[in-house]
Amino acid sequence: MRASDLLHPRPEGLYCPPGDFFIDPVRPVDRALITHGHSDHARSGHRSVLATQQTLDIMGLRYGEDFAGTTQAARLGETIALNGVCVSFHPAGHVLGSAQISVEHQGTRIVASGDYKRQRDATCAPFEPIRCDVFITEATFGLPVFRHPPDTQEIARLLKSAAQFPERSHLVGAYALGKAQRVMRLLRDSGYDKPLYIHGALAKLSEYYQSQGIDLGALQPATVEGGKEDFAGAIVVGPPSAFADRWARRFPDPISCFASGWMRIRQRAKQGGVELPLIISDHADWDELTATIKETGAEEIWVTHGREEALVRWCELEGIAARPLHLVGYEDEGD
Amino acid sequence: MNRFAELLDRLVLTPSRNGKLTLLTDYFRSVEDPDRGLALAAITGDLNIAAVKPAMLRTLVTERMDPVLFRYSYDYVGDLAETVSLVWPQTPGNIPNREPTLGEVVAKLQAASRSDGPKVLAGLLDSAGISARFAIIKLVTGGLRIGVSARLAKQALADFGTVDVTEIEELWHGLSPPYTALFAWLEGKAEKPRNTAMALFRPVMLSNPVGDGDLEKLDPADYAAEWKWDGIRVQAVAEGGIRRLYSRTGDDVSGAFPDLANAMHFSATLDGELLVGDPREATGTFSDLQQRLNRKTVTPKMQLQYPAFMRCYDLLQIGDEDLRALPFRERRGRLESFAGTLDPSRFDLSPFVEFTDWQALEELRRAPPHPIIEGVMLKRWDSPYVAGRPKGPWFKWKRDPHTVDAVLMYAQRGHGKRSSFYSDYTFGVWSGAEGEEELVPVGKAYFGFTDEELKQIDKYVRDNTIERFGPVRSVRADRDNGLVLEVAFEGLNRSTRHKSGVAMRFPRISRLRWDKPANEADRIETLQALLDR
Repeated sequence: MRASDLLHPRPEGLYCPPGDFFIDPVRPVDRALITHGHSDHARSGHRSVLATQQTLDIMGLRYGEDFAGTTQAARLGETIALNGVCVSFHPAGHVLGSAQISVEHQGTRIVASGDYKRQRDATCAPFEPIRCDVFITEATFGLPVFRHPPDTQEIARLLKSAAQFPERSHLVGAYALGKAQRVMRLLRDSGYDKPLYIHGALAKLSEYYQSQGIDLGALQPATVEGGKEDFAGAIVVGPPSAFADRWARRFPDPISCFASGWMRIRQRAKQGGVELPLIISDHADWDELTATIKETGAEEIWVTHGREEALVRWCELEGIAARPLHLVGYEDEGD
Repeated sequence: MNRFAELLDRLVLTPSRNGKLTLLTDYFRSVEDPDRGLALAAITGDLNIAAVKPAMLRTLVTERMDPVLFRYSYDYVGDLAETVSLVWPQTPGNIPNREPTLGEVVAKLQAASRSDGPKVLAGLLDSAGISARFAIIKLVTGGLRIGVSARLAKQALADFGTVDVTEIEELWHGLSPPYTALFAWLEGKAEKPRNTAMALFRPVMLSNPVGDGDLEKLDPADYAAEWKWDGIRVQAVAEGGIRRLYSRTGDDVSGAFPDLANAMHFSATLDGELLVGDPREATGTFSDLQQRLNRKTVTPKMQLQYPAFMRCYDLLQIGDEDLRALPFRERRGRLESFAGTLDPSRFDLSPFVEFTDWQALEELRRAPPHPIIEGVMLKRWDSPYVAGRPKGPWFKWKRDPHTVDAVLMYAQRGHGKRSSFYSDYTFGVWSGAEGEEELVPVGKAYFGFTDEELKQIDKYVRDNTIERFGPVRSVRADRDNGLVLEVAFEGLNRSTRHKSGVAMRFPRISRLRWDKPANEADRIETLQALLDR
């Protein structure tokens, strides 16, 4: 069958007619398959949701237990038949619980990767390349300018700055699901053993990560109730939006840091008033994108959310058929 | 190279002066010679490397990658040096086991001939990582643009060696990269370098503002008064055929004022004010002077139309004789006879302002005879010429600032301690015909208010935001709504860059006028009238 008959975009999201399901739909639908817990991919209000157990847990934490009519947990690697269409979930290396979804019918296999990265990350299972006919890739950082350095190098810069300015606090902006926990885990892996202070928005998810066996060490709420705490020399992690807010006024002469792949571009850091950009991303950079496309062996590439044109151009130069897949409603919450 | 690259990256994003000083001193402490000295030279603009044109960079990179992908990349990033540093393809088999040091990079670039320059550059880029590539490109395209002045770099050296910055300034022009002897001295490993070069800068003597109640304690008979000219303070040094004009921080500005430098037929060190015009006829206004500022080269026409001259304040050295330890009265006597020997179209003497008591001087200060006078200077008759800003011997007593009532238009988030406050304000005044008034921005200020007032303005900004652009908020401001700020400033310049045609000098918020309706704020004509004075 033609690949576009197996999966194609509809206003609600990517739709599979023979299986009658959507992948990461942005509007409420009957049956949704969800790649990961970021809010632009995982919305509440579907009648039934199929996702990894961890993604279901995360959706429950974010939206409340009644976020969907019914839920079903997909085990990684296990094939599930939906109206004769074989679907299976495989690790995507993006955040805890994230998965690529393979959809196979009548000899045609399409892999929808959701969001993914290839850099090692101690807070989630590593990406597994799946051989397929069509690979649907994200392109958040789909330009040759995006080249993420090793995350350990970025954390070393943060620790160096903390030593250089011991009288100031370092506020690390990091998205609440995934990035924040990864940054904390990286700090621990670099030997930083002082308590980390976190914004309230991170508490539930960080606790969940810890319950899943991801050790983040001692976390303390960054509050000043119960007496004046001194945040001099402290590392504080919170959602980026909080640092522009009045919330940040409790910290002494803070240095604003932001952990994101966007920090590769100096002007982005400058505009955001970021003093210490940390180039740590949960999305594949240019080299990871192009390497992954080759590894999947796919004859055709569909490029979605991000800078499609450059990746399509690269595929053309490599003699791989490629086209942009226009899906609406995805932002880059995860980075 | 990586440590230098990291330093550049940190400096460009660090807004606070103290933060920059910490980064610089840490760098000087942790990096060895000659790299730290070369980095210093790159920052102060004293590193000599043949420039590479942007077009050449573009050619180099598009020989190595698909031009379409390069175009997408450049369109997105917007900065050529940054784009090239990011997209430069690294051939996997070609990565050396270590990146080159700054010293190696500079040596290769300086040794490259004109014709093999691009090849040498490409080889260096091949051998470096992303940050280092960016730094290399910045070195060869000239101008680091990292927000660090030569003055700040010298302050960092002074902090590093715990010496006074005037000591660094005095030595500076006799030294050259990589400044090994200077660092050795600052680290206490060697004697202070001896300066044998000719026509060196002497650290200048500065004054303190007259504070409340200061004058009551002083005897008018102990002080001489002069006008405070609002030009550029310069030091003219001629010795052994070398002629130099220095700014008050010791930067060599001779190149911008060849007309004045060529008239320095003497062997002496003079302190004075650089102004334009012909001192025998008329002194130019600040707008006239502005024509000669911030130019790398100056046309003969410009020199003819706005000739530079020096109004002399002091004489520090004549021939081999250092006069700095003598009292002002004696130096002034020597200056008066010396000034008579100078080219009268290029040099004159700063006249005294005669006064008997502070009250009489106060009246003169309020109504100076020329628009380019910004107040009076008081100098103790018995004061020696000492570097820096000693308290007591010299005072500046400035004219009161101008003020204007303007309306807050945009607010931008601050940095560091103020990163959660909207603390940088763009304000405007009314222009246009009656019934069609529009606010036109006339300046930006970020101090002059108390912490309590900052909180109030911040709240006002958050409550009255109409649009956001990144860290900037556009604030509701029309005939019926708006916060009126009383802005104090020292003067106005003509500006072709600003829509209003004016640019304020040293603007600050002097009062919040919560009581004043926006439509009663000043009009642009009020400011224009100041320009034409």
